[in-house]
Amino acid sequence: MAPFFIYTGVGLGVPIVYILRNAFLTFQGKFTFSNLDLLVHGIYLKGFENSLLLSAITSIIPGILGVFLAYAIVTSNSAVLKRMVATASAVLANFGGINLTFIFIAALGEGTGVITVLLNHIGLNPWNHGFDLYNFYGVAFVYFYFQLPLMVLVITPALGGLRQSWREAAQNMGASNWRYWRHVGIPVLMPSILGGVLLLFGSSFAAYATAQTLTLGTVTLSPIQIGDTVSGNAIAGEANIGFAIALGMLIVLSITMIFYGLARRRASKWLR
Amino acid sequence: MTDVQDSPKPGVSPTNTSAGGASVRLEGLVRSYGKVRALDGLTLSIEPGEFIAFLGPSGCGKTTALRVLAGFERPDSGRVLVDGKDVSNVNAQKRDMGMVFQSYSLFPNMSVLDNVAFGLRMRRQSGDQRRTKAGELLELVGLGDQAIKYPHQLSGGQQQRVALARALAIEPRVLLLDEPLSALDAKVRAELRDQIRQLQQRLDITTVFVTHDQEEALSMADRVCVMSSGHIEQVASPDTLYARPTTAFVAQFVGISSRVPVQSDGKEVVIFGQRCPVRSGGTVVSGPADALLRPEDVAVEVDPQGDGFITHKSFFGATTRLVVQVGEIPVRVDVRSDAGADMALGLHVRPSIIARDVLVASRTAIDIPSED
Amino acid sequence: MVTVAESYFFENEEVGPGETPVKRRRKKYRIWRLVVLVIAGLYFLAPLYAGFRFALQNDSGKFSFWAFSSLPSEQGFSAAFFLSMRLAIFTALVELILMVPTAIFVHLRLPKLRPVMDFVTILPIVVPPIVLIVGVLGSAPLFLKESPYLLSIFYVVLAMPFVYRSLDAGLSAIDLRTLVEASRSLGGSWIRTLWSVIMPNLRAALLSATALTLALVFGEYTMANLDGWTTMPVWIAQFQQSDAHVTLAASMALLVGTWLLLSLIVAADRSQSRRRSRKAGTR
Repeated sequence: MAPFFIYTGVGLGVPIVYILRNAFLTFQGKFTFSNLDLLVHGIYLKGFENSLLLSAITSIIPGILGVFLAYAIVTSNSAVLKRMVATASAVLANFGGINLTFIFIAALGEGTGVITVLLNHIGLNPWNHGFDLYNFYGVAFVYFYFQLPLMVLVITPALGGLRQSWREAAQNMGASNWRYWRHVGIPVLMPSILGGVLLLFGSSFAAYATAQTLTLGTVTLSPIQIGDTVSGNAIAGEANIGFAIALGMLIVLSITMIFYGLARRRASKWLR
Repeated sequence: MTDVQDSPKPGVSPTNTSAGGASVRLEGLVRSYGKVRALDGLTLSIEPGEFIAFLGPSGCGKTTALRVLAGFERPDSGRVLVDGKDVSNVNAQKRDMGMVFQSYSLFPNMSVLDNVAFGLRMRRQSGDQRRTKAGELLELVGLGDQAIKYPHQLSGGQQQRVALARALAIEPRVLLLDEPLSALDAKVRAELRDQIRQLQQRLDITTVFVTHDQEEALSMADRVCVMSSGHIEQVASPDTLYARPTTAFVAQFVGISSRVPVQSDGKEVVIFGQRCPVRSGGTVVSGPADALLRPEDVAVEVDPQGDGFITHKSFFGATTRLVVQVGEIPVRVDVRSDAGADMALGLHVRPSIIARDVLVASRTAIDIPSED
Repeated sequence: MVTVAESYFFENEEVGPGETPVKRRRKKYRIWRLVVLVIAGLYFLAPLYAGFRFALQNDSGKFSFWAFSSLPSEQGFSAAFFLSMRLAIFTALVELILMVPTAIFVHLRLPKLRPVMDFVTILPIVVPPIVLIVGVLGSAPLFLKESPYLLSIFYVVLAMPFVYRSLDAGLSAIDLRTLVEASRSLGGSWIRTLWSVIMPNLRAALLSATALTLALVFGEYTMANLDGWTTMPVWIAQFQQSDAHVTLAASMALLVGTWLLLSLIVAADRSQSRRRSRKAGTR
């Protein structure tokens, strides 16, 4: 047991402590609140706002859609479909950030994207209708690609935990389909759905590679700003701002995961 | 066949409709799943207020029959009539029957009280009204003080009692129970058995109880419907079923029977050197046949010249069960323990029939399907 | 994680004795479900189609395997590939050596620690790569910073949630305590027990865990890039400036490779569990 805890403790603890420390230090090593001060103003605040908004969009929407998609799959009678989707979800949910960028550029790139060209032929070129792959909403659109499968993965066990006897008991008591969902189905699923959305939120908030390679830093997001400070693109005098941002991210993610844990606990109580 | 399988509840005339329960009639129900015939032309009439058990091994169709009655399955052909009305095309939602499932059917997101009140809520009763009614029913099943608890906080037995209260809350005229006690342990099972039976008698609801446990069926029901492979073997009161089984399956499924090969002329057989009349009511068999004997139908006397010898002996308290080998046939015999004390293994005995008649079935190797 | 997901896709119907599995849904639902699946299918397949299209074209736009075949010879590819491979193997080894005994120990001796383990395995999600690298770069001693294996050390931490979940699921599926007690009572040493009794039964979980680790290392861009090491993903990103076709060929190859690997594992797991249940005589 000990090796595990030591390894994890050091592996996570050392960097975290370092971040905590440096968030409160200037480049010369003096204690200061200036980093934090910077954080809650100007572009760094904007970075946070954007990140939070992006995470909200790419967790709630795929969250809801994911439930419907998972339900459609779970209730199908095709074993082949289920098998394919199981593997697909696992693959896509873990799909490396940069690879995603490139295939989306290949698909929907402005001039040369395969799909863009196709749609252009039938007069539905998205770029002509305000779509921009490289802006904030473009990034959100790309994020759906791994967020949806992640939600499907998370919510499918919960859907499976919906016992047939509940549905039949509800029917027996006179409930219509809709009333079953309203009084039993959705309430029982809710903790799992919330948990899923929170997990998606955390996953999106922390994502770096896709956003960085897609927008090349033009969209203001916290992870990208951190990356900038590391790769030397930071402004002089603000050298330790990266640590402050990292600290901020740690706080947001910790809160998210605490609520996630609570949701999971409630879910497991009901869906035993 | 229909006459035998459909013997009405003793002492009740078919037109008697009590205020409590509805009469139920299953007519010619057929239901197949692929190649498997779950129901094979099932026909049965159930009297109002009657407690009837569907008994049989796994796969015999008893649960399918119940689910067709409840409306969760549609039969391929046949009808379901309640109080004379054809409900075959009525949705499960609208059939107004209360059902208790095998396990875990309580809604986990609602308190016990809300669970019980659910059916009333579906019927748009006011909050106060349904909470009062639900409270009464919880009292009835002895869980009045658990009203605010959640299902996961209750034991299995308690959960099933709540499920029962929930089913009864809507004042159904038919109560359906699908092996409600199977998932519980023995002691709880016994308690609940009595409770259910008492409640049912008090409320006089027509009740269908599915089980694979013969003890349950025999101790609780007014009539027991023994099923196998989708059809009815015999429907009769528990004591009739036990004492006068009409088919080999019933004889071997309910209680214990030993099979002894005999020659039958349709009216009599010779067994252990005695002439015995053939029991009436079953299929008439002539020629080579099997006699089905209950352990209490046979007596033994110590006799060095006897045909049989004792191969096993098991002490059951008041009785002792012997297995007596007669030729190639093992015959189970129950004797009083004080007499049995003197009977040692290997002792030669003379078996004789002490029943007034003997059930004779055709000599096919019908085995009771093993219970999974 | 794959096996867990897959099992739920199939065992979701709590079919008790006498219950019939989910049957024919009415026509209306079938249409609705079809629509949902088709739209989802389109969304997910379109970029893949585009990726393959691009990867299978040469510069003049004609169909060709050129991008794939020239991949190994492109500048820096082999170096990057083998670097990633070395890191992946190292990470996987450390991961398994660390996690397998831990998971077994918790299952066997300290079931009370399970909630703690669940918590600890969520931690890496709270500290994502981008945050982690910042802390690492500042706090790591110089000699480590000069080695790419620094990355490996932290990849182990990143992969931990998936690996633990996979092992945990695998251990839950076998009756660990009974197997171990049986082996020990017959005279087996701990090492023997681990090697001959536990590991074979965990084959699917181990494969799954290893595959996920490999996939993670081969796909991890953030830390590698900011630490200045040219692993596969970093190489792909850099190469994108030169030639999009080759870049996409690499990406698609990675995708297909991962898919194949995971499919194999799912198949292995299914055959193992089928064998297991057949032996036990269950349904």
